Order: sequence, then structure tokens, then C-alpha cells
Amino acid sequence: MTTRAIKSQSLTYRWAGSSRMLSFPDLAVPAGSVLLLRGASGSGKSTLLALLAGLLTVRDGGALRVDGIEPSALSPAERDAWRGRTIGFLPQRLHLSQALDVRHNVALALWATGALGESAAMQVDAVLQQLGVAELAGRRPHQLSGGQAQRVALARALVTQPKLLLADEPTASLDDEAAARALAALDQGAGSVGATLLIATHDRRIGDYFERQTGREVQKVSL
Amino acid sequence: MSITPIRINLLTLAWAQLWSRPLATVLNWVLLALGVTALSLVILIDSQVEQALQRDVQGIDLVVGAKGSPLQLILAGVYHLDVPTGNIPLSAVAQLRAHPLVETVIPLSLGDSLSGFRIVGTEPAYLDHYGLKPVEGRLWTAPLEAVLGADVADATGLRPGQRFVGSHGLGGGGDEHAEAPYTVVGVLPRSATVLDRLVLTGLESVWAVHEAAHGGASLDAEDRAALADALAEDREVTLLLLRYRTPLAAVTLPRAINSGTAWQAASPAVEMSRLGRLIGVGAELMQGFGAALLLVAGLSVFVGLWHAVRERLPDLAMLRMLGARPRQVALLVLCEALWLALLGLALGLLLAQGLTAGLGHWLALQRSVVVSGWIWPTELIVVPAGTLLVALGAAALPARSAYRLDVTTLLQAPR
Repeated sequence: MTTRAIKSQSLTYRWAGSSRMLSFPDLAVPAGSVLLLRGASGSGKSTLLALLAGLLTVRDGGALRVDGIEPSALSPAERDAWRGRTIGFLPQRLHLSQALDVRHNVALALWATGALGESAAMQVDAVLQQLGVAELAGRRPHQLSGGQAQRVALARALVTQPKLLLADEPTASLDDEAAARALAALDQGAGSVGATLLIATHDRRIGDYFERQTGREVQKVSL
Repeated sequence: MSITPIRINLLTLAWAQLWSRPLATVLNWVLLALGVTALSLVILIDSQVEQALQRDVQGIDLVVGAKGSPLQLILAGVYHLDVPTGNIPLSAVAQLRAHPLVETVIPLSLGDSLSGFRIVGTEPAYLDHYGLKPVEGRLWTAPLEAVLGADVADATGLRPGQRFVGSHGLGGGGDEHAEAPYTVVGVLPRSATVLDRLVLTGLESVWAVHEAAHGGASLDAEDRAALADALAEDREVTLLLLRYRTPLAAVTLPRAINSGTAWQAASPAVEMSRLGRLIGVGAELMQGFGAALLLVAGLSVFVGLWHAVRERLPDLAMLRMLGARPRQVALLVLCEALWLALLGLALGLLLAQGLTAGLGHWLALQRSVVVSGWIWPTELIVVPAGTLLVALGAAALPARSAYRLDVTTLLQAPR
């Protein structure tokens, strides 16, 4: 039986104070595959990401399971711990801490989940090496180029070896060459830890990139 | 190749966050330190002055001297900080010793000094009163033998066997009584009492010095004895330190002396409490000033942290996205305030202790009350407690805001 990284059915959500009910298509995303989530502003992309990350709970109907778990059924504390273990997140704005160097920025993900053990340094150094930014380990985020900073943020998302990697507009404001490099890093990074990759985007280049890839199952969903 | 370990905890993370805004951090640090300094300084000095004053006055129920200001009499007779109001006849000693309400009478004769330290003619009972015995040498047994207080011995370098000449007047710089030099016979241990800064000798020494000054030094022994006899009736002392036989004496004796004699009786307890009220207003004002500084610092910490949390909301939300619990994020903000409080305390207490030590040194040079730095009176505990309370209070709202932050804002498109 194929493991479903994401499985949703009749999922709806209404923001407090809003009369509009957001309805999402049913999803059945196999583990290790790629899901491209497209949609215009206000279509509900961010809401779906929040539901998948357990930041919002399913309360207006439908069902959602991520890696076999129903996040909404967990207590807030359990949900925080589950999110730290299961979800990797690459935001559009990277939010690297200017107070810490690259190495500690990546290690922050391990600390947040309480997984900062003896092997933390090895884990962090390995993921930085894998993404080709090991030599930047001692730099502060403001000393990095945009592409380097994005790789560091990706390293932070991958260091916990998440089951599901959520990327929000990862190629926004990048030129073609930089976008291709970013997508390759994202694809290889997610592949290296066996994570399912969900990209929220309206950038056609991403679709084109993944259409050329043959190794992974790619689904496209429009909201 | 060895791998550098990674250590992250709330304290290291808060420390790093704090110093990512160095200007605001230094400003808040200095403000907190100033508040801590002001408050600590007042407490350190106030507590020590009060203790010193209490030590010097213990067991002295009444001071009797010439008419004048009662506070001046106490300051001159007990603390040796002011000039005496005048002299009273030696016969007062015998009269008061015979009084049924009086247990002890210690006479003091003032008038001369050595390098600014007062020479006090008295009886060995004065040392017994403070429980002191010479740590070097012995007590005086003859006129013109002197025992030095610890500060006097340190400042002048005089040791038993050496001689010195007193100067007329209490402040130093007066005419020297070269015709009647003293011999040091003993040195007292340090006692943190007024005796540390006195030169003690017998009452006869003071009379001998002044009789020598009246030409006695040039007379032969027989004539000198005749002169002493002639002057005996007019001999005076400066003041008397009394201890009551019964507490009831406090009700009747001062009034009896003040209304029935040409002398004045002043109660140290009454006068010092009057002085305490006067000084106390100043001390309270200073304490209030320190507390106000600390509160302003707290306000500045609040504004600083509030802005920092506002600025860093997305970063804090990212922490939550990474799996941190709301409590962890709120504690991070509280830890920043805790660091500020600890930094402010360290610098403020260091400054206050240093300033107190400096002031103590200056007061020692002025032959005044003993105050020293690098001590921890119990009352000082209010400073760290207050500072932590102010800093954590200032961080409470920003921490609450961090606790309740909306993580979904991370997912909204940047504007």
C-alpha cells in the first residue's frame, strides 16, 4: 500500500469574521512526490499551507491527514512538537536570525524541536555541506547573497529531516538561472531526506522544471 | 578535523538577540545600571552610617556639658564631629557620680589635637565602655602618656615609645604644645568606633599641657605642685558621658540638670532621632530618586523590548513554525530582560560599591564616620530584587505579545 504524505477530503475553512468559505480539492499525495499548488492571491494557498502545518485546525468540515496523522486532533503542544518533527518550511521571506551565524541559524530548528543533541553539529555541518554552503557557516545572514541565504534557509528546513517540505514561492524575484539553481537545490534537498515536496507558487517556471524531471511523481493542483 | 559543538539554549539565544541591537542594549544597560547605582549607594551609606552611629552611642544614656546646642553636644561628645559647647567644672563629675540615678560617669576633656585627630583626656573606663584594650603596649598610667586609636596610629606611623606634640585646637594647625610632649604607650585595635580616630590620655595630661603652657614648664617641681594646687579648684572637663542606673532616670535626670544647674544634659537617643529625621528626609529623597531612575530604566527596557518583539515578530513566528512552543518564545523575551537586569545589576553594584569605598576613603581622610565599600548589608537585597522585578515586569507585555503571536502571518505574501 502506498503511504500518503497528504490525504484530504472535503476540506473547508472559513476565517473568523469572513463570510467566504474556502473549499479545497481532495488531495492524495504519495510520500516522496512533488505537489505544485497554484492559485491567485486569496485563493486559499496560505490557508492550506497553514492547515497542513497544523497552524490552523480543521473546524469547518472535512478531513486532513499528514504523514498519517490528523494534526487537528492533537493538542496545541503536541501539534507544535509534531510540526517541528514532520514539517520543513521554506518561507518566501527567509527570516534568518541576524543575531546568529549560518550554523546556529540552521541549528535553531533542532533546538526548537528539542532535538539539539550531541550529534547536532554533525547534522548541521552535513546539511550545509550537502547544499554547498558549508564555507559560509560562520557568516551572518546579512553577509550572504540572496541565493546563499535561500540555501541556508533550506538547510534549516531540512536539518530535522522532515516528512513534508513546504516551500512558499521559492523562485519569486529570482532570474531564470538563479531560479533553476534554487529549484535543483530544493528538489535534491527534499529527495535526500525523502521528504514530500509541496510548492505553493504561481511561477510557471516551477512547473516546467518539474515536468523535465522524471524521477519523482509530480501533481499539480490549482485552487 | 574536530567538529565545533553547537550550544543553543534560551540564555545563549537571548544573549545573541540582545546584542543584535547593541545601541538599544547599551542604552538600557546604562539606564538600569544608573538606577541600581543610585539606589545601592544610598542603602550602602545609610546602613553603614546608621550602624556606625549606633555603635558609638551604645550604652551612653546622657551627655552633660556646657549650655548650648544639645545636638552639638552629642556630635562633639559622642561622635567627635563637632566642637564642644564649652567646659564644665570638674566638680560636676563627683556630683553626678554621687547621684542615685547615675550608674557611671565618664569625663572627657577636649581641646588639643594631633594631625587633626582629637586628643581626649579621659579615664580607662572610656575604653572599657567600648570593650577595648591596647593591642600594642599598655594603658596610660601617668600624665602625658597616650594611647592611639588604630586610624591615628596608621596615619601618623607612631608606635609605643615614640613621642609627639599636640596642637592647640581640635582641627589641627594650632600652636604646638612643645613644652609638654606626649609619649605613646599603647595602640588600640581597630573597632570601627569613634575610638579609632582618637588619641586617648588621662585627664591630668590635658591639665598638665595647659598648665605648662601657662609657664609651668619653667618652674621647679615644688612651684609646679603649688601652681597645680592653685589651679585645682578651677579645673574643668569638657563633657560627661552618663549611664543611668534605672530607665526612670530618663524622665527626671535631664530635666533636673537642665533646670537646676548651669550645665546642659542632652540625650543621644533624642538628638540622634531628631538628626535622623533631618537626614532621613535626604536619604529617602535619594532612595526615591534611585527608585525613579530604576523605573525609568524599566520603562526604557519595556519600550526597547516592545519594539524588538514588534520588529522580530516574523523571526519569532519562524521559531514557532520550526516547532518552538509559545512558552519558549515568551521565555526568550523574558530572558533578554533577565540579561539586561543582570548586566545592569553587575555594573550598578560595582559602581555603587566602588563609589562607597571612595567615599569611605575620603571620610577617613576627613576623620569622619567609618564607611567602607565591598560589603553586603542585608537591606541591599532590595536592589537585585527590585531590578529583576522591574526588568521582568517591563518584559511581561512584550513576552505576552510573543506568546500570542499569529504564526500564519508567515504565510502571507510580503508587501
